[in-house]
Amino acid sequence: MSVVSARPDRTDPPRRPRRRRQGEARPAWAERPTPIGRLGKGVLLTLLVLAVLGPLWAVLVTSLAARDTINEAGGIVLVPREIDISAYVTIFSGGTVTQAVWVSTLVTVAGTLVSLVLTVLAAYGLSRPDSLAHRPLLFFFLLTFLIFPGLVPSYLVVTGLGLKDSLWSLVLPSAISVFNLVVVRAFFMNVPSELVDSARIDGAGEFRILTLIMLPLSRAVVAVVGLFYAVGYWNAYFNAVLYLDDNDKFPIQRVLQSYLLAGQSPHVTGNVPNLPGVTAYPPSLAIKMAVVVVTVVPALLIYPFVQRHFTKGVLTGAVKG
Amino acid sequence: MSIDETTAERDRRIRPGRRTRRDRRGPGVRRTFRVRRTFRDRLRRDWPLLLMVAPAALLLLVFHYLPTLGNVIAFQDYNPFLGDDPLDAFLQSEWIGFGNFETLFTDPAFWDAVRNTLTITAFQLVFFFPLPILLAVLLNNVLSARVRGLVQSVVYLPHFFSWVLVVTFFVQMLGGAGLLTQEMRQAGLEPWQVMTNPDTFIVLVTAEAIWKDAGWGAIVFLAALSAIDQNLYEAAAADGAGRWRRFWHITLPGLRPVIILLLIMRLGDALSVGFEQFILQREAVGRQAAEVLDTFVYYQAIVPQQWGLGAAAGLFKAVVGLILILAANSAAHRLGEQGVYAKS
Repeated sequence: MSVVSARPDRTDPPRRPRRRRQGEARPAWAERPTPIGRLGKGVLLTLLVLAVLGPLWAVLVTSLAARDTINEAGGIVLVPREIDISAYVTIFSGGTVTQAVWVSTLVTVAGTLVSLVLTVLAAYGLSRPDSLAHRPLLFFFLLTFLIFPGLVPSYLVVTGLGLKDSLWSLVLPSAISVFNLVVVRAFFMNVPSELVDSARIDGAGEFRILTLIMLPLSRAVVAVVGLFYAVGYWNAYFNAVLYLDDNDKFPIQRVLQSYLLAGQSPHVTGNVPNLPGVTAYPPSLAIKMAVVVVTVVPALLIYPFVQRHFTKGVLTGAVKG
Repeated sequence: MSIDETTAERDRRIRPGRRTRRDRRGPGVRRTFRVRRTFRDRLRRDWPLLLMVAPAALLLLVFHYLPTLGNVIAFQDYNPFLGDDPLDAFLQSEWIGFGNFETLFTDPAFWDAVRNTLTITAFQLVFFFPLPILLAVLLNNVLSARVRGLVQSVVYLPHFFSWVLVVTFFVQMLGGAGLLTQEMRQAGLEPWQVMTNPDTFIVLVTAEAIWKDAGWGAIVFLAALSAIDQNLYEAAAADGAGRWRRFWHITLPGLRPVIILLLIMRLGDALSVGFEQFILQREAVGRQAAEVLDTFVYYQAIVPQQWGLGAAAGLFKAVVGLILILAANSAAHRLGEQGVYAKS
């Protein structure tokens, strides 16, 4: 469709003027955009999209390329020629990466569940401004925005609790994000109190009100907050560096780092584990890229379902919090 | 004072702004009192709510407040091997006053880290901070809702990638064995060493941060833009204000509260520029350029187990951060802005 047709053309009756959707119409008082402006905008937006999608594309194509194609290109492949899934077969045939994917999946699923349940419960518990100890409790939560515990004492507390080398060390210290809690709470507080009151008159307890009234009405925000938590757990890297020594418990990010960044001489990052197979035989580029793809994919899978709720979720938190 | 003045009027004159009971009691209206519930009543009513808050509060207590208190080991020669458990070790460790801080403040490496951190913060404030605003304005100017939605979902995406991934992407695109080098070699050019050059490290770090978070940062500004009353634009246009004038006199003032809010938050974080990003690239470019406060604590305290020293550095960072955020906030109040928290 040409750009011109966006403007209804009065001199050309046979062509039905395209109906503009809401939000697409230029307000009557505004000047018509100049051609240069339109072109500039178009180029800028295209560049933006390319800057994000380009690396993803290159990585995906390289991970699916055969060894010859990679050698021919001298490294990263940009134009797909054939599909060779041998890299994926290799990394999923047991070994470090397979193990790490399992670990990360486990941590992500369990962690997200724990975080969501605790956050929703606490958000509901704090959503009644006239409840007992409401103000001090809220203050207790919000104060965490101002004070930062620091790395060393946190490390000592986590290790002191015996969580060193336990997967719980990836979950518990970061289980509650007060930001997410404030977002969910704001949604709960926006639910009309008549609904809650009538449910209470019908004899519903707090748990029932939460599960039957609040949650169905706030499904969108719970989904967004769930995504935030899930992404956080999937991306957990630094806690794994701090608290995990056992290779079998490494999450995918840690493995990715040792596969990709440690291999780059002189990129030998401190504290890199000697993963079996990594130092001896540097993995081929296709395998490296396949690991990257495996790391990206989960986020890409959930993203489209939750994305439309972003603005709502983020804003209630940012503006009201 | 006139003789006809009612009591209510007099009350209002004496204590302006405060409504008295007499005010509210109109003729024939019975006064209703709010029942003041006793603590027991409220507990009986609200215990399920308290129970719901308890697990989250407990987690915060253990993993946020307990470590905050644990910062007192900054004043100790903390030795984890002294007792049977960390608490015991803490009780038995020797108090040395400001000794750790003296060691820290005489360590040139510490000041290097502070300087690096502040330089990077300042650099990002100038080159990164305005970008989400510009991006939001640009997106807001795109009329087609479909294009706007598409671009938005694409630019938000990198926010959800881990730092390991972002650095990996940069290494694969710009690094020694990456795409850029590969193309430049084929074109017969001398490849740049972008990923390992300490002199341009600050640019690299900022570029990574922009790639990862500029799109995401635009969300808040987009919302602020959509909250601006369209009538203002129309009125301004009717008064003959052109595109740029409208931008300057309506769009920017409309964004001002959000901009100031985010600036304050950024200032409060001035001493933390991010952890993983630097720890991942520290070896590639060398300590001189890439050591920031957070990595300093990691390498100087946790790895060699100098707990007291690390806690001192962490405490320094937290206190400076708190002071900065309070100062920035009160400055915002003085400028007539709302700031992060309301003045109470």
